[in-house]
Amino acid sequence: MSLNRKDLLGLEHLDKKDLQLVLDSVKPFKDLFTRSVKKAPTLIGKTVVTLFYEPSTRTRTSFEIAAKRLSADVVNIAVSASSVVKGESLIDTGKTLEAMKADYIIIRHSLAGAPDILARNLNASIINAGDGFHEHPTQGLLDLYTMYEKKKKIEGLKVLLVGDILHSRVAKSNIWALTKMGAEVAVAGPPTLIPSNIASLGVKVFYDLDEAIKAADVVNILRIQLERQQENLFPSVHEYVELYQVTKERLAKAKPGVIIMHPGPMNRGIEISSEVADSANAVINEQVTNGIAVRMAVLYLLKPNNKVKKNAASN
Amino acid sequence: MRLQIKNVRIVDPSQNKDKTGDIFVENGMIVSNLSGAADEIYDGSGKIAVPGLIDVHSHLREPGQEGKETIKTGTQAAAKGGITTVFCMPNTKPVIDNAPTVEFILLKAQKEGIVNVFPVGCATKGSQGEELSEIGVLKKAGIAAISDDGLPVSNSQIMRRTLEYTKMFKLPVISHCEDKELSKSGVMNEGKKSMVLGLRGIPRQAEEVMVARDIMLAELTGGYLHIAHVSTAGSVYLIGQAKKKGIKITAETCPHYFTLTDDVVKVYDANTKMNPPLREQRDVDAIKQGLADGTIDCIATDHAPHTAEEKNKEFDLAPFGIIGFETILSLVLNELVDKKVLSLSEAIAKMTLNPAKIFNLEGRGSLKEGSIADITVIDPKYSYEFTKESIVSKSKNSPFIGRKFQGGAVLTVVGGKIVYRKDNQ
Repeated sequence: MSLNRKDLLGLEHLDKKDLQLVLDSVKPFKDLFTRSVKKAPTLIGKTVVTLFYEPSTRTRTSFEIAAKRLSADVVNIAVSASSVVKGESLIDTGKTLEAMKADYIIIRHSLAGAPDILARNLNASIINAGDGFHEHPTQGLLDLYTMYEKKKKIEGLKVLLVGDILHSRVAKSNIWALTKMGAEVAVAGPPTLIPSNIASLGVKVFYDLDEAIKAADVVNILRIQLERQQENLFPSVHEYVELYQVTKERLAKAKPGVIIMHPGPMNRGIEISSEVADSANAVINEQVTNGIAVRMAVLYLLKPNNKVKKNAASN
Repeated sequence: MRLQIKNVRIVDPSQNKDKTGDIFVENGMIVSNLSGAADEIYDGSGKIAVPGLIDVHSHLREPGQEGKETIKTGTQAAAKGGITTVFCMPNTKPVIDNAPTVEFILLKAQKEGIVNVFPVGCATKGSQGEELSEIGVLKKAGIAAISDDGLPVSNSQIMRRTLEYTKMFKLPVISHCEDKELSKSGVMNEGKKSMVLGLRGIPRQAEEVMVARDIMLAELTGGYLHIAHVSTAGSVYLIGQAKKKGIKITAETCPHYFTLTDDVVKVYDANTKMNPPLREQRDVDAIKQGLADGTIDCIATDHAPHTAEEKNKEFDLAPFGIIGFETILSLVLNELVDKKVLSLSEAIAKMTLNPAKIFNLEGRGSLKEGSIADITVIDPKYSYEFTKESIVSKSKNSPFIGRKFQGGAVLTVVGGKIVYRKDNQ
C-alpha cells in the first residue's frame, strides 16, 4: 500500500481513501515506541534531508526522529532568512541536495508554494513541513490521527478551530482533512483573522467563542502571532485574551468530554490559559508523540522517484 | 519602395470598410495608385489586412534593464505580433522624467527598433509622486502620454494637478489604479484561490478605489484620463457610469484579463503573476461585456518582460508582469472574435483607431489614403502552438506557452517597410 505519489505538498490533494490509509498505517509505528528498540529498517540506506528556511524545533526534531526510527540517514539544514533573498535560489539548493542523492527533502519555508516549486523541479520526494500561510500537512494528519485515536471516529465529529485562521497553515490542513473525512468544522476568531471566503470550504464561522465552544467535541487552538497586532488585525493582546483565550470558564461551557489541542508552541496566558493547557482535556503532548508516528507513516507511504505522479503539484 | 498587397480582405474600422481589394504603398504612405511598377507584390488572398496594431502599454526595459528586454528585441517581438506602434512605460533606469532619456529612446528606436516607439513620460519627478515632472519639456522631446504606471500617484492633490496641467498639451494621463495600502504585500487576487494557496491577496477594491478617485478628479479637472489595464467588474461598472455622466475618460484592458482567471495560479507559477492580478470568472465576463458595449476603448499588452531567473522562484519573490506582444492578436481573435464578443472590425478598432484617436497619433490607426503605411496582415487559417522556443522577446515569461491558436500576423509593415514576414508567406 502507498499513497501512490512522490510528494506530500498539502492535504487539499489527498482524498478520503488516502487519509484513511494514513490513519490505518500509524498504529504499527506508534507501537514501536514502547519497545526497547524503537527502530524499523524501512528506510535503511535512504537519505532524508530537512531543509528549514524558518526556525522550528518541534517539527524538525519530530521529522528527524521519525526518519531515524525508520533507519534513514538524516541531515539537517537550517537556512537563515536573509539568504532566501540574497543567496542561492531555492531550485539550485534543491538540485544540490538531489545531486547528493537525497531521497526525501522535508522543507519548511516562510513563503507559500516553495515545496511545490521543489516538487516540480526534483525527483526526490518533497514533504511540506509548513509553507507560509498555505499548508502544514503532517500537522493536519497528526491532528486528525489524535482526534481519531481519542474519539474513535472522524465522521460527524464537531471540531472547532480557534484564533488566527487567516495566517494559519495548520488551520488550512485541518480543514481539508476533517471536511473530507466528514467532520463538521467550525472556526472562531475576529473577522480580521478569518478569510472572508472560508465558508466556501464547508466551514461554519463564529465570532463569539462562548457560543462556538458549546457544541464542540474537539477544540484546536491556534497560536497567535503577536506581530499581527501591529498590522491592526486586533487592537491589543489584552483584548484578544478577553475575547478568545480558551479559559477554564469557557471550557466549562463545552461538552464534558471535549478534547483540547494545540499545534505548539503555546503562548500560555494568551490563546490558552495554563489551567486549560494542563487540564485532563488537553491532549497536547500526545499530539507530539503521535506526530512522530504519523511522520513515519508518511515517509513509509510516499514513493520517491515515482514517475506516475511526477507533477504532483498540478493535481 | 512601392508595395502592393493584392486581393486582400481589407478591414479598416476608420472607414467602416470590410471588402476585398488591393492596398498600395509608396514613400511610406498609403496611396490610391502606384506611380510605377510595384517593387514587391504580396499575395493577400485568403488573408486580412488591418491598420497596424497600436499597443499603448508596454515595458521595453531600455535603458537600464537590458537583461529583460531591449528596444531592439522588444520591437522585433512586437513586429512578429503584428504590432506597428508601441508605447513604452517610463519605469526604466533612469526613469523617463527628463528630455535626454526621451531622446535616447527615440534615437535607439530609430537605429535598432523596427516598429514605432512612443515613450510615455513620468507624471512626477522620479515617479516619486511628489512634484510634477517637466511635462512640457517631455512633450517637446516626443512623449505621447504621461504616467507613473506601477508607482501610481497616491496623493490626490498631485493627481489633480497632473490632470489639470496636462490639459494644455492634450496629453492623456494613463493611470495605473492601485491603492498601495490596500494591495500591500499582495501577490494575487484576493479570493478563495488566494486563501487556499496561502498567498496574500490584492482585493479588487485596491483598483476600484483609485478608479473612482480618478474619475472624480477627471470630472473636477476636465483632464484626459486613461485608465490602464482594467481587471475588475467593479472598474468596468465605474467607468461605464462615468461615461454615461459625460465625464471624459477612456480605458484599456489586456488579453489576460479577458482570457484567464486566478485559477491558473494554482501551481505557484510566477508566469501567472502580474499587477493587477488575474481575477475571477465574473470579472472576465464583465470585461468582455465592457469591451462589447464600448466602456473599454483599447486593448493593450502591458508587455512586461522579466528574466527566467527572476520568475523561476518563490511566487512571493518573483516580480509582477508577463510578456504580451506575441500573443495579443491571436488572443483577441480567438477569445473575442471567434467567441462573438466583438466583430472583427470592433476588435481591430480597439487596437488601431481608438488608441490613435485617444493619444492623437496623427496619420496612424487607418488605411485611408494619405495615412502612414503601418499595416498588419492576418492569416485567419494560421494555426500554431505558442512555444517557448518561438518567442522572440528576450524574456519568456508568458502564461500562454503551450496554448494553441488559430489566426495570427503573417506580415507587418511599418512606414511602408516590411519588418516582419512569417516564413513561406
